[in-house]
Amino acid sequence: MGLFDFFSKEKKERLDEGLDKTRESVFSKLAKAVVGKSSVDDEVLDNLEEVLVTSDVGVETTLKVIKRIEERVARDKYVGTDQLNRILREEITALLQENAGGANGSVVIPEGKKPYVIMVVGVNGVGKTTTIGKLAHRFKSSGLNVVLGAADTFRAAAVQQLILWGERVGVPVINQGMNADPASVAYDTLQSAVAKNADVVIIDTAGRLHNKVGLMNELSKIRKVMDRIVPGAPHEILLVLDASTGQNAIEQAKQFTLATDVNALALTKLDGTAKGGVVIGISDTFKIPVKYIGVGEKMDDLQIFNGKEFVDSLFK
Amino acid sequence: MFENLADKFEKAFQTLKGEGKITEINVAETMKEVRRALLDADVNFKVAKEFTDRVKEAALGQNVLTSIKPGQLLVKITKDELTALMGGAAQDVNLSGNPTVFLIAGLQGSGKTTFSGKLALHLKSKRNKRVLLVACDVYRPAAIDQLKVLAGQVGAEVYTEDGNKNPVQIAQNAIRHAKNHGFNVVIVDTAGRLAVDEEMMNEIDRVHKAIQPQETLFVVDSMTGQDAVNTAKAFNDRLNFDGVVLTKLDGDTRGGAALSIRTVVNKPIKFVGIGEKLDALDVFHPDRMADRILGMGDIVSLVERAQEQFDEKEARELQKKIAKNTFDFNDFLGQIQQIKKMGNVKDLMGMIPGMGKMLKDVEIGDDAFKSVEAIIGSMTPKERANPQIIDGSRRKRIAQGSGTGIQDVNRLLKQFEDSKKMMRMMSNKGAMSQMMRKMPGMKA
Repeated sequence: MGLFDFFSKEKKERLDEGLDKTRESVFSKLAKAVVGKSSVDDEVLDNLEEVLVTSDVGVETTLKVIKRIEERVARDKYVGTDQLNRILREEITALLQENAGGANGSVVIPEGKKPYVIMVVGVNGVGKTTTIGKLAHRFKSSGLNVVLGAADTFRAAAVQQLILWGERVGVPVINQGMNADPASVAYDTLQSAVAKNADVVIIDTAGRLHNKVGLMNELSKIRKVMDRIVPGAPHEILLVLDASTGQNAIEQAKQFTLATDVNALALTKLDGTAKGGVVIGISDTFKIPVKYIGVGEKMDDLQIFNGKEFVDSLFK
Repeated sequence: MFENLADKFEKAFQTLKGEGKITEINVAETMKEVRRALLDADVNFKVAKEFTDRVKEAALGQNVLTSIKPGQLLVKITKDELTALMGGAAQDVNLSGNPTVFLIAGLQGSGKTTFSGKLALHLKSKRNKRVLLVACDVYRPAAIDQLKVLAGQVGAEVYTEDGNKNPVQIAQNAIRHAKNHGFNVVIVDTAGRLAVDEEMMNEIDRVHKAIQPQETLFVVDSMTGQDAVNTAKAFNDRLNFDGVVLTKLDGDTRGGAALSIRTVVNKPIKFVGIGEKLDALDVFHPDRMADRILGMGDIVSLVERAQEQFDEKEARELQKKIAKNTFDFNDFLGQIQQIKKMGNVKDLMGMIPGMGKMLKDVEIGDDAFKSVEAIIGSMTPKERANPQIIDGSRRKRIAQGSGTGIQDVNRLLKQFEDSKKMMRMMSNKGAMSQMMRKMPGMKA
């Protein structure tokens, strides 16, 4: 049996107490566990397992991280608290794909892609429309011309919601009302964007559960139609994930990637208590970078993802 | 990731063979698998730990019957414990008030507004209530419009106050309006809020105190991960809610959050949302949820339903035919009819462990067998008994007679041959295990 064992200790602590204490600083916990010891032992790894699993990192990725740490420990022989702290962060950060965006927290639009077309996808209720509103604000603030396309024509009042965001941010929203064909809305939006010489186009789509085959096919169709107006569009397919979602996010990433070649992730609702650890495994498995995080409901509450900060937050 | 917990159990329990009792040592490995299954299903870390400890206690010292595999016994104990923990029968909502007031609360994007619409339809059509929907989400752009649209779709009235940003006032005024206008039910939809947002939590606390609802329902996305416990606890501490609504259960999430929430706040799950249509609302079934969380099909009810429909004598006849390779289209048709009697095909296949996942992309309607039956129906008795005589011109005739295409007929013929092969293989395997059973010391 390896160092990692789910059942090496039977802590009979009461659930409620435990839950209240969960957020005690993990590093203080880890530090306590390694005091007076010269190497990483079961107790340390147990604590680590708890931290990662309760952050929704998932069993598989947790095992992977622990294995990597075990290997490092075996190689470097001696590992104290400080080193462990560093190694741990390094190993987890290494799983996150490098973000191609600007390092200083600015959004970067690649050269030669005008308009730069972003299609936003995800399951119901993850915050696609809100993310679009914030993204539009960010692009506009950096002096770019933005056009939004209301291709969520299904959910009650979704078009209206995007129009209100458009007014708030001050960007045009192309729409054909509710129940229109979403592919046709996307087509219209791109035509209009080209005519307006816009820099960025963001297409909203209806939330759909990834196991609904018909709806996933519709997404492929919306995507294909855009290429006819702007070759290569959409350049960015942004999958929005809710930080409070658990392991099902992996299946979401898988199915949306199959249907649309997702190439960027946004993680929303990180202002709550959920840690969103599931993106670590997703980013690693599907080789997709996390580009943006949502941290509130206001226009400015969108940040460029920073792997190091994200990993740090897991251990707060 | 594994798909079939039962298989894992079998493996984990190989050490138990020859032992007549479940002991500390032989249960540990299995419980490790159970725990991993629970964590993969998003059951909270601590809840999973406590649960497996409990199952272990319940399992220790139980005698393993010779007729049942230890793995199966442990599956059963695990499932029973899980079902018990999720609460017995579904609990109804309290409709005693006049009007009865519902307060709907939850995080952003959990599906509160859609649920409000569904609940309105449910109470209107199944309980004959006059329902007033109240829009108290004064923050999210177009949230009020969304409720208006839904209200229109279900044929319920909606109460809004344009420009009023005070949800407490709106809710109070709405109830007054309901009393004056003869509504029996008031459903107050609220804005999504994070449990750590002190200001917003105070707000819903004030709404709750002001309107004193008969039913405060906490709406939670069934895909929620480890954080479900924190959120549920925070909302419960403030609102002491009466029940939980699990939404988006038509996805493929295993829904472990249901177990976590149930354990931490001990409140019943009253409804589940199972689709985008407004009638896609169901009552909660603890046993089904238990199966789902464990990622296993419902072997027990599959066996029960099969037994109900299965004529033993017929079955023996069939087995003989398979063994002798004389299984023909008459038998095939008989089989199809039997399966149809057992119920919805997709449901049925979903009960087979490991099949649920395979089937998630497949749409199988109740009429899945219609064309197959038509094709067989268009065969002559001779063709049915001797499928090998079906040549090109016969295929053409059969296709025309059944209103299908030649390729459909070809496909069926191929499927028939394939299943024949498979059945022979399976029946040989059966013979093998029978042989093994007869050998001394081999208790499979």
